[in-house]
Amino acid sequence: MTSLAGLLRKEFFHIRRDKRTAAVLIALPIVQVMLFGYAIRTDVDNVRLAIVDPAPDSTTIALRARFAAADVFRIVAVVPRIEDVDPLFGSGAAQQAIVFYPGFARDLGQGVPAKLLVVTDATEPNTGSLLQSYAQAVVNQWAGEVGRAGPFAPARSISIVPQVRVRFNPTRESKNLFVPGLMAFVLTIISSLMTAISLTREKETGTMEALLVSPLRPWEIIVGKVTPYLAIGFISVIAVLVEALLVFHVPLRGSVPLLLFEGALYILVSLSLGILISARTSSQRVAMMFALLGTMLPNILLSGFIFPLESMPTPLQIISYVVPGRWFVAIARGIMLKGIGLTYVWRETLILGAMATVLLVASMRSFNERLE
Amino acid sequence: MTEPAILVRDLTRRFDGFTAVDHVSFEVKPGEVFGFLGANGAGKTTAIRMLIGLLQPSSGSARVAGYDVARETEQVKRRIGYMSQRFSLYEDLTPRENIRLYGGIYGLTRAQIRQRTAEMLDRLGFSSVADTAVRSLPLGWRQKLAFSVALVHQPRIVFLDEPTSGVDPITRRQFWELIYDAASRGTTVLVTTHYVDEAEYCDRVSIMVAGRIAAMGTPAALKHDYGVDSIDDLFVRLARPEIAASASRPSSREDSPP
Repeated sequence: MTSLAGLLRKEFFHIRRDKRTAAVLIALPIVQVMLFGYAIRTDVDNVRLAIVDPAPDSTTIALRARFAAADVFRIVAVVPRIEDVDPLFGSGAAQQAIVFYPGFARDLGQGVPAKLLVVTDATEPNTGSLLQSYAQAVVNQWAGEVGRAGPFAPARSISIVPQVRVRFNPTRESKNLFVPGLMAFVLTIISSLMTAISLTREKETGTMEALLVSPLRPWEIIVGKVTPYLAIGFISVIAVLVEALLVFHVPLRGSVPLLLFEGALYILVSLSLGILISARTSSQRVAMMFALLGTMLPNILLSGFIFPLESMPTPLQIISYVVPGRWFVAIARGIMLKGIGLTYVWRETLILGAMATVLLVASMRSFNERLE
Repeated sequence: MTEPAILVRDLTRRFDGFTAVDHVSFEVKPGEVFGFLGANGAGKTTAIRMLIGLLQPSSGSARVAGYDVARETEQVKRRIGYMSQRFSLYEDLTPRENIRLYGGIYGLTRAQIRQRTAEMLDRLGFSSVADTAVRSLPLGWRQKLAFSVALVHQPRIVFLDEPTSGVDPITRRQFWELIYDAASRGTTVLVTTHYVDEAEYCDRVSIMVAGRIAAMGTPAALKHDYGVDSIDDLFVRLARPEIAASASRPSSREDSPP
C-alpha cells in the first residue's frame, strides 16, 4: 500500500510540474463555462428585421410598433417593395422580413383573411425556425388584441390564437441547457483524454516497463495513475457547478449529492475509456487522436449537449445510445432543471453503471493483455 | 554447489509466424557479469523480457533467483532490478524523488529510503543535483542514475537491456565501473549490448544469432576456440558469415570448430 501511495504522490508531482497542463486542467472548466455562457448562445436575440410596407397606414404602423417594442427584434430597414429586401438578406443586414400586402388594413377591417408574409433566413435552421415562431407569436398576439378591442371589433374572423407554454426553461435560455452538457464535456477531457495521455506517456518514456517489472500489480498501477484525474475531474465538476450557479444563475433544483454521484459514475466511464485507449495505443499522439475522435466528438455531437437528439436521423439516434455523455446529460438536465430524483433517472443511471462496469473490466483486461 | 542465479532451459518464444527466441539454454552464476551479445532483432530483448516476467515463454523454462519466471512471477519481480534501453526515470522528477518513488514501489521503509538516497547520491557524486529535474541532467548522468535506481532495493540480479546505447565512450567506461562495483558486492548482472567491445568487459558472453545462442564462454576462451583476435571478428563471423568470408584473411580458418 505504501508503494501505491508513492505512485499517487508521483502523479500529482507530474501534474504540478507540468505547469501548462496544470493550467489547462484548472482553467479549462472555468473558461468553458464563460465561453458557453456569453459567446456560444443559441438564444435568439437582436434579430435584424426588415419591414416591407407598400402602403403604410395606422394598422401596419401599429403592428410595426409591436415588433419594434419586442426585445428580440431590431428593425433595420423599412422598404416599399419586396424586391428591396433581397439585397438585405444577401448581405446579412436582415435575418427576417415582415411583408405587408397592399390592402392589409382593408382586409382586416372587412374580415377577409389579411395576408402577411414572414420571410426568414434559415441558413441556420434551428435559429430560423425559432425566428419564425417568434414573429408568429408577435403577430398572433397583436391579432388577438385587435380582434377583441381594437378598431376592427367585433371579431369576425379571428382564428385560434395558439398558446405556447414553455416549461422548465421558461425564458428558453440556452445556458440552462448547456451547463449539464458542459460538465460532461469537461469530464471527458480530464478523464478520458488526460488518462489516455498520461498512461501512454509512461509507455513512450519507458517508465511503464519499469513499473510493470516492479512488484506492483497491474491494478495498482492503474489506480495510481488514474486516481489523481478522478480527483481533478471531481473538483472540475464542482467548479463548473459553482460558476454556473453564481455567475449565470443556472437553476439547481434537484439533489446535489445525487448529481455528484452521477458525475462520479460518468467519470468512471470516461476513465475506463481512457485506459482502454491507452492500452491499445503506444504513443501520446495516437492516444490523443483516439480520445478526441472516440470520446470527445461523440460526447459533444451526439449527447444532445448542443444539437437536439430528437431532430437527428434515426441512425445517429441509435448511435447516440452508446455515447455515455447522452445519458449523463439527460440525467444532469433532469436533476438540475426539473429537480427530479433517482426514481426518474434510475434507467439512465443503470445504463451508465453498466457502461462503467463493462468498460472497467474490458480496460483492465486489455491492460493485462499488454503485459502478456 | 550454490544454485545458479539464472537457469534457462530450452526457452522459446514464438510470435505468429516466427521464432524470436529458439530453445535457448544457459546458466549464470551468482555475482557473474554475463553479456548477451547480438545484432538488433537477434532476440536479446525478447529473451530478457521473458526472464523479468513481462512476456510468457511459449515453451521451455527459466528460473531466476530460484523462482520460475512463468509461475512465480511476483517472487521473481521482488528480487530483480531492470533497466531498459529506453530509460526508466521520470524526467520531470528530481533524482531524489525518483529514488524515493522506486524505493517506495519496492517496499522500502522511509528510513531505508533516506539512507540509500544519501548513499547513492554520494557514490554518484550527485549531491549538487539531487533536487534538479532529471530532464536537465546530461544523458550519461541520467543513465548512471537509472542504473543506481534499478539497484535501490538491492536486488540479487539486475537486468540491463542495452544500457549504454547512445552514450559517449567515457561515460560508457564509467558505467561499466558501476557494473563492476555492483558485481563486486554480489549482484549478478545480465547485460545485453550490441557494442562488441563491451563483450570483453564481461565474465562470460553468449552471442545470439537469429534467436539461438551461437557461441558462449569467457571472452578469452571464445577467442581461443574460434582462433580470432577479437570478439568483434567472432561476432561478424557468426552473425554475418558472408561478410566474414569476403573479408577473411588468408590465415583465418575456413571451418568452424564445434
